Amino acid sequence: MNTMGWLVKREYWEHRGGFLWAPVWVSVVMLALTLVGIISAEVVGSRVEVSGGVPWDRIAERLNAGDIAHAGAGLDGAFVALAAILCIPLFFVLFFYLLGSLYDDRRDRSVLFWKSLPVTDTATVLSKVIAAVLLAPIIAFVVAIAAYVVLLLIVCGWAALHGINPLPAIASSHPLGLLWRLALTIPVDALWALPTVGWLMFWSAFARSKPFLWAVLVPIFVVIANSWLGMLGAPSFSRSFLVNDVVFRLLFGIVPGAWLQGTGLDLGDRIRGVNSDGEVSTVLAIFDPSVVYALLGTPKLWIGVVVGAALIAASVWLRRTRIETST
Amino acid sequence: MSAVVHARGLSKRYGATVALDRVDFDIEAGRIVGLIGPNGAGKTTALKSILGLSEFDGELSVLGFDPRTQRAQLMEQVCFIADVAVLPRWLRVGEAVDFVAGVHPRFSRAKCEAFLANTKVRPTMRVRELSKGMIVQLHLALVMAIDARILILDEPTLGLDILYRKTFYESLLTDYFDENKTIIVTTHQVEEIEHILTDLIFIRDGRIALNASMDEIGERYAEVMVNPDRADAARALKPLNERQIFGKSIFLFDGVERSRLAELGELHKPSIADLFVATMKGTYA
Repeated sequence: MNTMGWLVKREYWEHRGGFLWAPVWVSVVMLALTLVGIISAEVVGSRVEVSGGVPWDRIAERLNAGDIAHAGAGLDGAFVALAAILCIPLFFVLFFYLLGSLYDDRRDRSVLFWKSLPVTDTATVLSKVIAAVLLAPIIAFVVAIAAYVVLLLIVCGWAALHGINPLPAIASSHPLGLLWRLALTIPVDALWALPTVGWLMFWSAFARSKPFLWAVLVPIFVVIANSWLGMLGAPSFSRSFLVNDVVFRLLFGIVPGAWLQGTGLDLGDRIRGVNSDGEVSTVLAIFDPSVVYALLGTPKLWIGVVVGAALIAASVWLRRTRIETST
Repeated sequence: MSAVVHARGLSKRYGATVALDRVDFDIEAGRIVGLIGPNGAGKTTALKSILGLSEFDGELSVLGFDPRTQRAQLMEQVCFIADVAVLPRWLRVGEAVDFVAGVHPRFSRAKCEAFLANTKVRPTMRVRELSKGMIVQLHLALVMAIDARILILDEPTLGLDILYRKTFYESLLTDYFDENKTIIVTTHQVEEIEHILTDLIFIRDGRIALNASMDEIGERYAEVMVNPDRADAARALKPLNERQIFGKSIFLFDGVERSRLAELGELHKPSIADLFVATMKGTYA
C-alpha cells in the first residue's frame, strides 16, 4: 500500500468510533424501533401507529392491500430514509473530526511522533481531507445498505407471518437504481463540503487552544458586525447572502445533500414528499445524476471549491511549523 | 569525514528572547554527541531546527538537506525520540508497527518485532495501557528498526526509572550504533551518558560554551585534590572552579600543564557534571 493509503487507514484506526460505530449504532436503533413498532402492532392487533424507525406503515398497509407498486415505492422511501438518517451523526462526527484533525495531536504532542516519519505535511493534511469527504461518507453509505438488507429481511418475515408474498413488491422497488444514484451523490457532496472542510481544518491548524470557538465565533461575529454596519447605513452585505452563502457553507457544507438547501428541494422535504405521494418516479428522479450533477455547472460550487482549496493549502502551511499548543 | 550536520550563524528568536545566537557547529558521522545545557539554553531549539520543526535564520544543512524545505527526504535518514509519551494513546502496538512499516522505506519489521519480543509489549495493546517505560521500549524498537543515519534523542529517558534508563542506552549502543550512524542526545542526567559520549557540546544562553571531543576534554581539563596548605598555590593558577570535600579543596583547571598540577596533589579526570557546573556558573543568577 502507498503512503496515502496508510495515512487514510491511520485516520480510520483513530476514528473508528465515529466513522464506523456511530452509523452502525444509529442504524441498529432505527431498525430496533421499527421492529418494536411492528411487534407491538401485531400484539395489539390493531393499526397502531409505528413511530420512530422507518415509515413502516406505508409498506405494510400497501402490502396488505395488494398495492404492489406503491409498496415498492415505500421500500424505496425506507432505503432513502435509512441513508438520510445517517447524515445527522455523520455531520457531528465530521465537524468534530475536522476541528480536531490538526489540533488534537498537537495538544497531546503525538504530532512529534508523526512528524518523525518521512511523510510530507501536504500528504498528512490531504489524507485527513480524504478521510472526511470520502472515507466517512462511504462507510456510512455501506452501513445504510446493510441496514436496508436487514429491513428487507424484516419485511419478508412480516409478510410470511401474514401469508403475503413480498417478492413482487421488492421486485417493483429499485434498490440497485437507488444504490448507484445515491453513491454518485458522494463525489458531489465531497466537492460541496470543501469550504467547510478547509475552514474547520484551518482553525484546527491555527488555534493554540479552543479551535471550536474560533471556527464558530468568527462567522457569528462577522454576521453581527455586518448587520451593525447595515444599521449605521454603511455599505454591508445582505444578511441572506452572508448567512446562506458564507456561514452555512463554511460550517454546514459537510452535511450530505447540503447543496439541496435553498433549491426548494431540501432533503427533508423530498423524503416527506416521497412518503406522502409515494410516486415511484419521484425518488429516483430526485437523485438522478442529471439533477445532481447539474450542480457542477453552477459557479456557487466552484467558488466554494476554490475557497476550500485555499484554506486547505493554508492549513498545510500552518502545519509545517505550528506544533505547540497553549495547553 | 564530512559533517552530517553543518551549522553556521544559526539563530532563532522568539519575540524579544534570543534562543540561539549565531551558533556555529559541525557534527561528524559516527559520533555520539551530548548537547548539554541548562533549561532554556536553546538545546531543544537547536534540535527542532535540525529536524525542520521550526523556522530559523542562518545556514544549516543536515545530510546535505535543508531541513526547512526537504523535510520528507530528510526524515527518511533521521529518526528522533522527542521524549517519552509522545506516541498517540489510542494507537495499538501492532498498528504502530504496520504504519511505520507502511510509510518508512528503511524500516525492518523483523528487527522491530525481534526487539519487542524481548519486552512485555504485545501487539494488541494500546499505548494508553502501557507504562511509561514500555512506551519508550516501543518507541525505541520502532526507531532502532529504521536504518537511519542520524538519531536525535531529546530527553529520551525523562521520568523513567533507573532500570529502563540503563537498558535504553545499553540497547542503543549494542544493537544500534555503528560508525555510519550519528546520535545527538540532550539530557539532564549527564552522568548516565558520560561514558557513551564521544563529543560534548555545552550550550548556554543561546551560545556554544564548549564544543570538544571527549578525548580533547580529557587532555584539556584536569581536577586536582589539594591539601589546605597548598590551596593558595593552586588558586594562583586560576582554576575554573573550586569546591570543598573532606577538608580538602578540589580545583578544576583548563589547559594547565599536567606536571605543574601533579605537584599540587592527586590528579584525576573531571566528570562532565562537574565540568558542566563549573562552566554554567551564574546561569540563573
